[in-house]
Amino acid sequence: MNPEIIVFFILALVAVIAALGMLFSRNAIYAAIFLVLNFATVAVFFLTLGGSFIAVSQVAVYAGAIMVLFLFVIMLLGADRLGQTGTLKWQMPLALVLGLVLIVETVYVLFTQIGLTSELTALPEGFGSPTSIGDLLFSQYLLPFEVTSILLLVAMVGAIILTRHHKK
Amino acid sequence: MVPTIYYVVLSAILFTIGALGVLIRRNAILIFMAVELMLNAANLAFVAFARAHQALSGQVFVFFVMTVAAAEVAVGLALIVAIFRTKHSIDVDQLSSLKG
Repeated sequence: MNPEIIVFFILALVAVIAALGMLFSRNAIYAAIFLVLNFATVAVFFLTLGGSFIAVSQVAVYAGAIMVLFLFVIMLLGADRLGQTGTLKWQMPLALVLGLVLIVETVYVLFTQIGLTSELTALPEGFGSPTSIGDLLFSQYLLPFEVTSILLLVAMVGAIILTRHHKK
Repeated sequence: MVPTIYYVVLSAILFTIGALGVLIRRNAILIFMAVELMLNAANLAFVAFARAHQALSGQVFVFFVMTVAAAEVAVGLALIVAIFRTKHSIDVDQLSSLKG
């Protein structure tokens, strides 16, 4: 039981508990804060997996921008008061059963079909650093990079148009 | 060294919790947050495999997934705000008519 595995299990427990907290919390603001905790935990996982640039961009983009956007909209729409009495009584037990089936099936497939037990070698120097990611991003993945910039432009224009007041 | 399978199983568990969130919740914003959780779980699997095969392409793809998720959240929340303006409710059970 080396320290890495202990740290992994503690962080995994925090991540799963935060996800379940987001799932079952009554208040939308609490759900958003639980999700921020989950994102921060996943950012630490990215760090242990040698993705330092991705870890920081996860904190900056996901936890810093996307969740702030969610919180603004939740407070704008007053959605933090939720009425959870569903109209279909059998919906939640059925969803839980199906979720359990999905987990059991996925774990079974992972352990029997895919060869994931190869030895992990040491990472080369600068793996996951901004230099090496930028190297790949601007040479091999230049076309997706440019397409993503157009996608961001479309998203900006779309968000502005959708929230315009129509003067009738 | 933590084996890759641990990360992938954790990613599967987080993905299932996100899928449950989409099924159980009736608030449109919370459904959206569960979708973000699913995307995040997929990102974790990508980075774990990038580590296992020492291929940096996995992390570049995670970068693109984050960008697409950010664009999707912007447009999706704008849609929810626009729906709220007309229907005054974001309960998906009540969004059942196609008429605007």
